[in-house]
Amino acid sequence: MSVRPLNERPLAKDMPALGDRAGSAWRTILGPLERYRLTPVIIIAVLIALAPLLFPSAYYYRVAALVYIFALAAIGLNLLMGYAGQVSLGHAGFMGIGAYAVAIGPVHLGVPGWLSLLAGAAISAIVAFVVGRPILRLKGHYLAVATLGFGLLLAIVFTNEAEWTGGPDGMSVPRLVLFGWSVRGSQTWYWVSGVCLVLGAALAFNLIASPAGRAMRAIHDSETAASVLGIDVARTKLMIFVISAIYASVAGSCLALFNGHITPDAADFLTSIELVAMVVLGGMGSIVGSLVGASVLVVLPQVLTVLHDYEHMVLGLVIMGVMIYLRSGIVPSIAMAFRGWRR
Amino acid sequence: MTTVLATENLSMSFGGVRAVDGVSIDVPDGFVFSIIGPNGAGKTTLFNMISGLYTPREGRVLLENDDVTGLKPDKLARRGLSRTFQNLQVFFRMTALENVMVGRHRHERTAIIADLLHLPAVGRQNRETRVQAEAALKRVGLAAVAEQPAGGLAYGDLKRLEIARALASEPKVLLLDEPAAGCNPVETAELEGVIRGIADGGITVVLVEHDMRLVMNVSDRIHVLANGATLAEGTADEVRADPSVIEAYLGVGGSEGKSRAVH
Repeated sequence: MSVRPLNERPLAKDMPALGDRAGSAWRTILGPLERYRLTPVIIIAVLIALAPLLFPSAYYYRVAALVYIFALAAIGLNLLMGYAGQVSLGHAGFMGIGAYAVAIGPVHLGVPGWLSLLAGAAISAIVAFVVGRPILRLKGHYLAVATLGFGLLLAIVFTNEAEWTGGPDGMSVPRLVLFGWSVRGSQTWYWVSGVCLVLGAALAFNLIASPAGRAMRAIHDSETAASVLGIDVARTKLMIFVISAIYASVAGSCLALFNGHITPDAADFLTSIELVAMVVLGGMGSIVGSLVGASVLVVLPQVLTVLHDYEHMVLGLVIMGVMIYLRSGIVPSIAMAFRGWRR
Repeated sequence: MTTVLATENLSMSFGGVRAVDGVSIDVPDGFVFSIIGPNGAGKTTLFNMISGLYTPREGRVLLENDDVTGLKPDKLARRGLSRTFQNLQVFFRMTALENVMVGRHRHERTAIIADLLHLPAVGRQNRETRVQAEAALKRVGLAAVAEQPAGGLAYGDLKRLEIARALASEPKVLLLDEPAAGCNPVETAELEGVIRGIADGGITVVLVEHDMRLVMNVSDRIHVLANGATLAEGTADEVRADPSVIEAYLGVGGSEGKSRAVH
């Protein structure tokens, strides 16, 4: 096989002009290729930095912090669902593990909050590893039901182990203290969760454009083809399941630390469904889409409270409308429309 | 002449039907070795057993004299066996180039943590993979569509994309499952050159194909299957002249031959 010099700009001359332009929009917005991999992350970081200029009150910081925390969990789930093509209807279970870790660690075990967060992530990874082995052999609807059962199981554990978790009423979470600095208040958490989101997005974009990321995306389309090319399909699925569990766990820890209180609701079925909705609404296989999906599903209920009794009905209609008119999810659909328009 | 791939008495049944019945082949290194036969003769089943997708009921598969029977496809790929598929198995959500880059997987050496952090080794690895993948695309004449999503490519291009992807894995043995199916005569003629080029590059090709002109032109040796069993083997001329092969294909010689040709 002939080898070309490494520094040669690849294929620029071979590419049709049209394909080049369409390709650059594709890469910038859906971002799979290496060259432009961190452009969306930089845009997200700039938006996070500038958004507070538009915030009239502390309440906005609070809502935005929630958006970033849920977006972090949604990005992890998107790696699993949108890129590797494996559904999970129990991901809030991992958020729960992270959330209760930062509650139980300091309260019952005297472990500092930041260490509890890391321990929660490690426990989530181990749980995902152990649970993932048998259930990731399942496909499609069967996998969905198995992960659903897993999520329900964890929610029941958090509700019933009242001695440790406070039961259905939940428990309060001590403030996070980092190097003697007490992390408190909506404004502080806005920046902390914003940094977490940017880091999480950067890691996700790195992964997608890496050898492991290509293997993970390959099994989405054809496990058979992936395996005859030397990819260990079971191992790749397990790896991405563990990674997405860690994302959810860290997001859960942030949520608990930010709220100062945790109930089993954070780990229940509805939260799992919300995460899936964020991924699908924003766009499967689009990291930026996960941020958009989380924004819609966190902000919209706040906006719609003015409608009182009709809040949930309108929210449901908006979600249905988006899925009908923007079938591939908000970001990929807009990206496609944009490419079509530029032609 | 060393044998690079062999099967010994390989058999497989589906619900009592013996799809492949005691087939032994011996593929010499560097050959284009074709397996032909009427529909339902067991060609694809044989391929699926050789490439590890099916576990044979009886018999052995030998890759470079090692017994690899029952090994998973990914293990076989790491030993240098790659294949394409009759029904396309393309990664439609990825670009053509990325498809071929996946073919380099078995040569890529980075750890997951490095991938997440995009350490310099990953950048180097990606560039190397990219260069090799571009070379493989060029080899099958697809360099121009490298950056296009595979989902938008024409059928003939997708067929060649699968070959490029398998080539990128630098196999010792490449199994091609009906590469010309659905291709027009021009594409088929191009394919002939591609297959010859692969064999000249030192890769042993095992070909299942219905297009007889392609098979006769490109094969060093032809193995004929009918009803799951070996019917004949030889060079193109020998096989063409063999009465039992003619019977199996054309049904000359009575009703039994006819029914075989139909199945």
